[in-house]
Amino acid sequence: MAVKSYIDAVRDTLMDEMRRDPRVFVMGEDVGKRGGVFRATMGLIEEFGEERVIDTPLAESAIVGVGIGSALAGLRPVAEIQFADFIWPAMNQIISEAARLRYRSNGDWTVPLVIRAPYGGGVHGGLYHSQSVEAHFYHSPGLKIVMPSTPYDVAGLLRAAIRDEDPVMFLEHKRLYRLIKGEVPDDDYVLPIGKAEVKRQGADLTVISYGLALHFCLEAADVLAQEGISAHVIDLRSIKPLDRETILEGVRKTGKVLIVHEDNKFGGVGAEVSAMIAEEALFDLDAPIARLAGPEIPAMPYAPNLERFYMLSPEKVADAMRKLAAF
Amino acid sequence: MDHRAAGLTDGEALATYRWMLLTRRLEERLALLQRSGAFPLALSSRGHEAAQIGAALAFQPKLDWWYPYYRDLGAVLVAGSTLLDLMLSSFGKATDPASGGRQTAYNWGDRRLNIVARSAPVAVQVPQAAGSALALRRQGSRAVVYCSLGDGATSQGDFHEGLNFAALHRAPVVYICQNNQWAISVPFGRQTAGGSVAQRAAGYGMPGITVDGTDPFAVGAAAREAVDRARRGLGPSLLELRVARLDSHTSDDDQRQYRSQEDLGEAAARDPLPAARGYLRREDLLPDDLERQWEVDILSELDGAERRAREAPDAVP
Ligand SMILES: Cc1ncc(C[n+]2csc(CCOP(=O)(O)OP(=O)(O)O)c2C)c(N)n1
Repeated sequence: MAVKSYIDAVRDTLMDEMRRDPRVFVMGEDVGKRGGVFRATMGLIEEFGEERVIDTPLAESAIVGVGIGSALAGLRPVAEIQFADFIWPAMNQIISEAARLRYRSNGDWTVPLVIRAPYGGGVHGGLYHSQSVEAHFYHSPGLKIVMPSTPYDVAGLLRAAIRDEDPVMFLEHKRLYRLIKGEVPDDDYVLPIGKAEVKRQGADLTVISYGLALHFCLEAADVLAQEGISAHVIDLRSIKPLDRETILEGVRKTGKVLIVHEDNKFGGVGAEVSAMIAEEALFDLDAPIARLAGPEIPAMPYAPNLERFYMLSPEKVADAMRKLAAF
Repeated sequence: MDHRAAGLTDGEALATYRWMLLTRRLEERLALLQRSGAFPLALSSRGHEAAQIGAALAFQPKLDWWYPYYRDLGAVLVAGSTLLDLMLSSFGKATDPASGGRQTAYNWGDRRLNIVARSAPVAVQVPQAAGSALALRRQGSRAVVYCSLGDGATSQGDFHEGLNFAALHRAPVVYICQNNQWAISVPFGRQTAGGSVAQRAAGYGMPGITVDGTDPFAVGAAAREAVDRARRGLGPSLLELRVARLDSHTSDDDQRQYRSQEDLGEAAARDPLPAARGYLRREDLLPDDLERQWEVDILSELDGAERRAREAPDAVP
């Protein structure tokens, strides 16, 4: 089994899938010779040529729109949005079109399109290279949203996304690209979209997270273990569909829930998770549901101290966990 | 334009008019049904028939792909939708092939006929058509993609993004702008700087051609050339068909609020139906009895379609 970085898992999986299925192709800004600004498509153009590795014009709505049209006509496009921060020009194509085509055609047409986008902060990117965008898509029925936190999950879930008959948003935390390495089996495994994973069993409180913040939660859980507090940690992996069973099982186990995400709190993923818990497991709770999330300011600031203020950290998570454990 | 100069036989010229007449009679029936309360919306294609039929007949149904915009009733008929299909859509019935009653009528779609399920935001189909065209070519198909839109829709970013993409990749697609000079109540002069849609094509390095959209033969000739170019791998074209919108934007609109009597009078004078009929009569191609027979046939087809649509099962959630 190979040990790979998160970004290598993206690239190798794209390569595998393109070898396996001639319908699969990638498109986006600078994905060709340059291999993507993060190098997620390095080496693809050499092997698959310009027809399957398309350097597109700088036009996000067309990237998604052309992707939809080619998916409808029998191909399997993987469209890259260079930074999630620049996905908004494609919003109409994603929400009005990709997400609705199956429903509006009564199931006759489907859009097997993957939209990959690097998101997230902690990379000194400032307002426009750090955003978390998931909540804006989360609300729209018809989309699946995958947000893996490990190379293993990247490979298994990207395969699932490419093989899915419906549109999948595949959001990659860009801070994880080179930060995280992990074992990735060489075989063709597929992880089901919509299945969370218990990363750590615990008895005192349940922490639910995804993406970079998940790693902060695991670090914090190690620290708390030394203080005698045992945390049950769940990685959502897909935020849509949500894995209700794994979440509710975690709630029932400890009776205390902390939801952690980098995206800001108001109307975020944590709001839906906590509403679902309140609807289905209120009487299993021993404390109010707690959320730790980014602050309510328009976007992530640039200056190092401001960025630290905005970003979560293992320390911030550990504090929130201690508070909840003591309730 | 003389139909022979446009490369059509007498029989083809007559068939063109037959399609226009069918489109007109269907449109009138749908408008009548809407006014009688049978369903909430009617959207008129009156004035566009020559453009729609002339252009659509240049394509090959079942082989080619279609992204027709909401006013493109004629193109949808040529693509293969039946009167019953379209009635089912207006009545919102379970067997409506476009959406099973999920979408409002005029959001065409039929997988069997390669008519992609459309939606309401204007111009979203422009990059999608480019994508389908590229995908079809890559899979070895000879199909060309038909993509229509109104003049107002050309103000959208997707129009530019899509044309640019299509031209860069020589996508086999023909863009057909039916310019009726109005986007609801906003006239072309307040919509489009430069006074021309076709002219924009030059910026993308593709042919852009303005045609009198009330002349089905002139439209047909231009469309056949564009389709031929696309099929031979020479890339996309943009046709601007100048037509008159005879009716209000939809049954929810009253154009007398914003169009002058004079303007409405000029539009009425550009009705393509009497013009085409007059031409065929002058050429001695359309005898009285044939015309009468067509009217009788169309009436009975419409009655049959309406009856079956009314009897069809309701949509299911
Ligand atoms: C993106 C978007 N904005 C607004 C509308 C509402 N709307 C529907 S049709 C229309 C006018 C379109 O005019 P044009 O493209 O010239 O076509 P026409 O109806 O005249 O044939 C408008 C504003 C819409 N459908 N989509």
